[in-house]
Amino acid sequence: MPVDVQDMQKIFARPDSLTDAKSTYCPGCHHGILTRIIAQTIDELGIAERTVGIAPVGCAVFAYRWYRCDAIQAAHGRASAVATGVKRADPNLIVFSYQGDGDFASIGTAESIHAANRGENITVIFVNNQVYGMTGGEMAPTSLVGQKTTTTPQGRDPKLFGYPIRFSEMIAQLEAPVYVTRQALYDTKHIKEATKAIKKAFTNQVEKKGYSLVEVLAACPTNWKMKPIDANIHIAKVVKKTYQLGDLVNRG
Amino acid sequence: MGERLLLRGNEVIAEAAIRAGCQCYFAYPITPQAELLQHMAVNMPRLGRTFVQAESELAAINMVYGAASAGVRTMTSSSSPGISLKQEGISYLAGSSLPAVIVNIVRGGPGLGDIAPSQCDYFQATKGGGHGDYHMIVLGPSTVPEAGQLTMLAFELADRYCTPVMLLADGMLGQMMEPVELPKPIEIGSLPKKEWATDGAKGRDPNIVLSFDLDPEVLKQMNLILQKRYRQIEAKEVRYEETATGDADIAIVAYGTVARIAKTVVKMARAEGIKLGLFRPITLWPFPSQALRKLSEKIAMVLTVEMSAGQMWEDVRLAIAEQAETPFYGEMGGVIPTPQRILSEVKKHAG
Ligand SMILES: Cc1ncc(C[n+]2csc(CCOP(=O)(O)OP(=O)(O)O)c2C)c(N)n1
Ligand code: SF4
Ligand SMILES: [Mg+2]
Repeated sequence: MPVDVQDMQKIFARPDSLTDAKSTYCPGCHHGILTRIIAQTIDELGIAERTVGIAPVGCAVFAYRWYRCDAIQAAHGRASAVATGVKRADPNLIVFSYQGDGDFASIGTAESIHAANRGENITVIFVNNQVYGMTGGEMAPTSLVGQKTTTTPQGRDPKLFGYPIRFSEMIAQLEAPVYVTRQALYDTKHIKEATKAIKKAFTNQVEKKGYSLVEVLAACPTNWKMKPIDANIHIAKVVKKTYQLGDLVNRG
Repeated sequence: MGERLLLRGNEVIAEAAIRAGCQCYFAYPITPQAELLQHMAVNMPRLGRTFVQAESELAAINMVYGAASAGVRTMTSSSSPGISLKQEGISYLAGSSLPAVIVNIVRGGPGLGDIAPSQCDYFQATKGGGHGDYHMIVLGPSTVPEAGQLTMLAFELADRYCTPVMLLADGMLGQMMEPVELPKPIEIGSLPKKEWATDGAKGRDPNIVLSFDLDPEVLKQMNLILQKRYRQIEAKEVRYEETATGDADIAIVAYGTVARIAKTVVKMARAEGIKLGLFRPITLWPFPSQALRKLSEKIAMVLTVEMSAGQMWEDVRLAIAEQAETPFYGEMGGVIPTPQRILSEVKKHAG
């Protein structure tokens, strides 16, 4: 029986804060899901007109295109410092940085830690996909022990290249951050939890509570050389063992 | 106006920045510009403005990048090794057309060098320093009061041309105390609104601050816009000062502290009947090439004196070409040339 369009209910729509710019992400990449969650959060909190997003250097370099809000493209690793500058210039703005693991936890280590230590009232989304996606799948500081990357063709040997860095745990040792959590996106249950965490991280800022960090275990099917579905299973079965999910700090 | 105080160069620069409406200042401590940071630490919070001691010069320049994007007047300061760390950020500021003021109180280099006054960062300041085809306006004060005036001007030019502007002063100027009349504070509210700023997309389309495009044709266009602006700056913003050049047979070219010493040399030479003049570039970029060229057409010799191995000397020779003799005298490592020594160099080359 044909259905009258007028009888149909719209139950899934593009968030207002999400632009229709063409995605630059690979199929099955978690950057895409995360982008949508952030846009939805901006909608729900009604903050688009005072939000400034900071895009990193990495696969998310085009993040300034995805949201219907002001945005800045920062130098590699410096997004947390740029976010500090914006927030200090106008504390009424809602400022978030979106940073890969190379950006946030390697080249930007100092800026990342000190923005957290100052308790900047910003929201940081930290995308841990255990590789340098953009430059061709090199080792990230977060790469797993034994993980094969283009710069660790034999697998990451901790004697030569160190261990996967649990950056959120390091930040959780600081006194200032109000919310530090690690989330994942490999199934609907976890997508829902991550969505809640991101909303909380933005709400904290709106309520002027202080620094919030959401680390997200993300899939990079392209550089992991896995099908998207296998990449999801890999996070659930393997990655999660090194990086435990859940809240590390929750002082909100 | 009318406030006459005895102040150190670093304090005057800090105070002038405040009076120019600098709302956010970010820096990392380094000698010989520590007093600048300390003055800001005391006074910015008192005025309800932002002072952040950053974790590094890298962080400081990127905080400047953020504050500039948000549309406020903003500044960072450092000395040579710290300025090297800021180069990536300066390139991004230039590429993104962001106004900001950067102060370099130059010390001896390369490497850790020393903490004595030097002019060894001229190349870095005027020829790029960071990556990419860019320039920033570079102002070289020669006295403490002028350091204050040029700091005010730096903020004005940064806003007018949407570009980073550097105040390049040697450690001597930072440390020296002189009586100054501080400039009148500007009214922050009277500054024109920056329509491009990322200060919240309320009732307008989103603003984006960025320095890149992967399409070479688009990036070329972005570069052409910068080049066009640089030509405008070269046409309109060249500044220099001539002393006793009217009847001069020979002249010294010097900037900053060295120009100040050279003024004494001019008096000494004139007392001995030598018709010596002084040409002092105030904007180091854009360099006053045309004016210097014109001067060189009526004199036989132009001696460049610098506290470096001859960095500005390259611009002097480019400007003058074969028009006059262009000898050089320089000191390095933080050694300050004495008037007597400069005078003997003048005599040597004057024949
Ligand atoms: C100063 C500097 N060094 C290196 C690069 C090259 N580079 C671009 S992206 C990137 C790694 C990005 O990896 P990550 O932050 O993990 O983001 P992903 O692409 O995985 O999302 C590197 C090294 C750069 N742009 N700038
Ligand atoms: S390379 Fe990896 S991180 Fe980058 S877009 Fe593709 S899947 Fe995503
Ligand atoms: Mg990565």
